[in-house]
Amino acid sequence: MEFAFTEEQAMIAETARDFFRENATSERTRKAMAGEGIDRELWQAFGAELGLAGLTVPEEHGGSGLGMVELAIIAEAAGSQVSAIPLLGHAMACAAIGAGGSDEAKAAWLPRLAAGEAICAIASTHSTLEADGDKLTGTIQCVPHGAVADLLLVAAPKGMWLVETAAKGVSIEGHTTMDQTRPLATVMLDGAAATPLAQSFDVTMAAWSAGWIVLAAEALGGAQETLERTVAYSLDRVQFGRQIGSFQAYKHRLADMMIEIEQARSAVYWAACAVDEGSDEAQMALHAAKSFCADTFFMCAGNMIQLHGGIGFTWEHDAHLFFKRARSIQTMLMDGEFHREQVARMVLGEAA
Amino acid sequence: MKLGFSKAEEEFRAEAADWLQGQMAGEFKDIKGITTLTEKAERRKEWEQQLAAHKWSCIGWPVEWGGRGASLAEQVIFAEEYARAGVPGRVNHIGIELAGPTILTFGTEEQKQRFLPGIAAGTTIFCQGFSEPNAGSDLGNVRTKARLDGDEWVVNGQKIWTSLAHISDWIFVVARSGEGSKGPKGLTFLMMDMHQPGIEIRPIEQINGDAEFNETFFDDARCPADSLIGTEGEGWRVAMGLLAFERGVSTLGQQMAFRNELDAIIAAAKDNGKANNPLIRQRIAKAEIGLRLMRYGALRMLSNTDHSAIDGAALTYKIQWATWRRGLGELAMDVLGQAGEIASGDAYEWDVLPNLFLYSRADTIYGGTNQIQRNQIAERGLGLPREPRGDK
Ligand SMILES: Cc1cc2nc3c(=O)[nH]c(=O)nc-3n(C[C@H](O)[C@H](O)[C@H](O)COP(=O)(O)OP(=O)(O)OC[C@H]3O[C@@H](n4cnc5c(N)ncnc54)[C@H](O)[C@@H]3O)c2cc1C
Repeated sequence: MEFAFTEEQAMIAETARDFFRENATSERTRKAMAGEGIDRELWQAFGAELGLAGLTVPEEHGGSGLGMVELAIIAEAAGSQVSAIPLLGHAMACAAIGAGGSDEAKAAWLPRLAAGEAICAIASTHSTLEADGDKLTGTIQCVPHGAVADLLLVAAPKGMWLVETAAKGVSIEGHTTMDQTRPLATVMLDGAAATPLAQSFDVTMAAWSAGWIVLAAEALGGAQETLERTVAYSLDRVQFGRQIGSFQAYKHRLADMMIEIEQARSAVYWAACAVDEGSDEAQMALHAAKSFCADTFFMCAGNMIQLHGGIGFTWEHDAHLFFKRARSIQTMLMDGEFHREQVARMVLGEAA
Repeated sequence: MKLGFSKAEEEFRAEAADWLQGQMAGEFKDIKGITTLTEKAERRKEWEQQLAAHKWSCIGWPVEWGGRGASLAEQVIFAEEYARAGVPGRVNHIGIELAGPTILTFGTEEQKQRFLPGIAAGTTIFCQGFSEPNAGSDLGNVRTKARLDGDEWVVNGQKIWTSLAHISDWIFVVARSGEGSKGPKGLTFLMMDMHQPGIEIRPIEQINGDAEFNETFFDDARCPADSLIGTEGEGWRVAMGLLAFERGVSTLGQQMAFRNELDAIIAAAKDNGKANNPLIRQRIAKAEIGLRLMRYGALRMLSNTDHSAIDGAALTYKIQWATWRRGLGELAMDVLGQAGEIASGDAYEWDVLPNLFLYSRADTIYGGTNQIQRNQIAERGLGLPREPRGDK
């Protein structure tokens, strides 16, 4: 038992933090927001220069073979700057293909994903898709970064598939989305060629684990950043002849943010460790992390606006980037009520 | 980063669990499951001695002082198994967890020899004399006076809210020794024998009907000159060091007690059908998540051994658990419904869950109120300006 980063993990954290601080600037993110909702240059640098796209891809497929703790570390750093990169679908695809892809699928996709050359989006739906052999038909709503993806990881109650967006029978409609750093799209499949992944609980869980950890860690990073930026502002801004950060009502709200964030940090790394160690707590940890961190981020981002006053409500200030990202994380890959209901079933001894 | 325990550690867990469960099924069956501080105090003093006799009393202490020099992981494991076995809280927890470590850190060799064996053996029960009528959150405002008279300290004044004073043998006192001094300066930290005519105790009844805390009056109370821990006028530093020990491994044991309380709520909800109510289900899930995060927060705090950065997990721990437990008390009553408001007998005495509801209102007050916690988090954790004083 040693619930602290190893030296290597601390180094990855520092590298990732510096990289996103330096490169995922407000200016660049806003450029992405005005365009396709992706900073392609950032994603390329992340994949090619830093070699971080292959973080969780096994070494024999060109990756570094690291685990969920390391994934959480980089997602936390990416989230702290609300970077417009397709990390979510990417991490889920790497996990799903690694766990349930055929040898051909692995050879075809993992090296490209590890190099950051292919963009993957998660297209998940509760309604059943029509599967006719290796052809899929149906509509999938709310696919994050769907409009810029090369590959779709399609997840439906009956299984998981890989679908190339360039294939015949695939059409995608991007939407103007509240969080412009991760715009949603509608994917329409009409007899589109699909490569099935092995159907098992483990494969499904590998994908969802990676997705929930990315979102929870992004939320943690975002929440911590809203706190730091608000603290800095509160030391700068003077009203009534005092720094606003000296008012107790203001201080206590910042303290409340820190209290939640510290728990969110425990949640993310508990879940990541539990998955990596194959602990029987992993399921509960993932549901806890996803729901708790999303709520924490939303609370913190809302406070960031309030505690900045009028400037916090402007388009020019970055507070709304955090606020909108926080809102979108709350519902993405199932909302808090769903996750807490899963926890309730476990503790009430009703697990399926 | 690693959460799992090694094979040797799991063996240690089995050994500890075995012994504890054996005791609770055997000789000490009569105290199993007690959740209040002082119920059956005399038997629990015997239990302290039983722990000591088997070297389970203060396993984290160095071997030479009656401990086992146990590793962090072992201490975590023991704390968990202790509560899991339904063993009641330590009546001497102030001695084991506060007085002992304070003496180990700040005491002289002679003081260690004088106090540690008794604490380790479970024969010297301690209580904490910090708060006064005019020094609560503002602890630096203590007025109880200590003056050196030959080779003795003479103490006059009053402490209040002294938990367990009525069953204690010793009290540690923060008193003002600096003539005309104010605030944290001029304070001195003394160890005093409770069994003397100069010390008088009056119990204070609490909202749950128990009387576990007291007023403690000092009227020319005395202790030998070398009962001073640290140096004269340095009492604030010692007191602050002591408060840091409150965030030690014992928190893990406390969490297991919380686990038992949450399990009791879950059982009650399944029993009376509230477990089908979606709002209650969400709250049970939130409570479960909060408890788990408390555990991993504590493990982060305990694993952070280099203390290079501000330790956010440690700084936020008190308010986190206290607020969580207060919410747990409210959840308990919402699950029990009106039945929870009726005592089981004629006396004003409460079962575990209604008592949790009442008692947990104190959790957000003692050991630094929630407001004081927030001030400290904001100031120490976030570097915000300090609260102004009105008397400077
Ligand atoms: C069950 C129980 C057991 C205890 N056991 C012990 C013990 O064994 N030994 C011991 O020494 N003490 C003990 N205490 C005392 C405890 O530490 C104090 O009650 C606590 O520190 C608060 O002090 P106070 O009661 O004087 O309240 P006050 O300090 O008067 O506070 C009253 C209210 O004002 C608020 N307040 C005060 N200052 C500020 C500020 N700067 N900013 C914002 N709000 C503020 C507080 O949060 C609180 O809400 C115990 C208390 C309880 C309830």
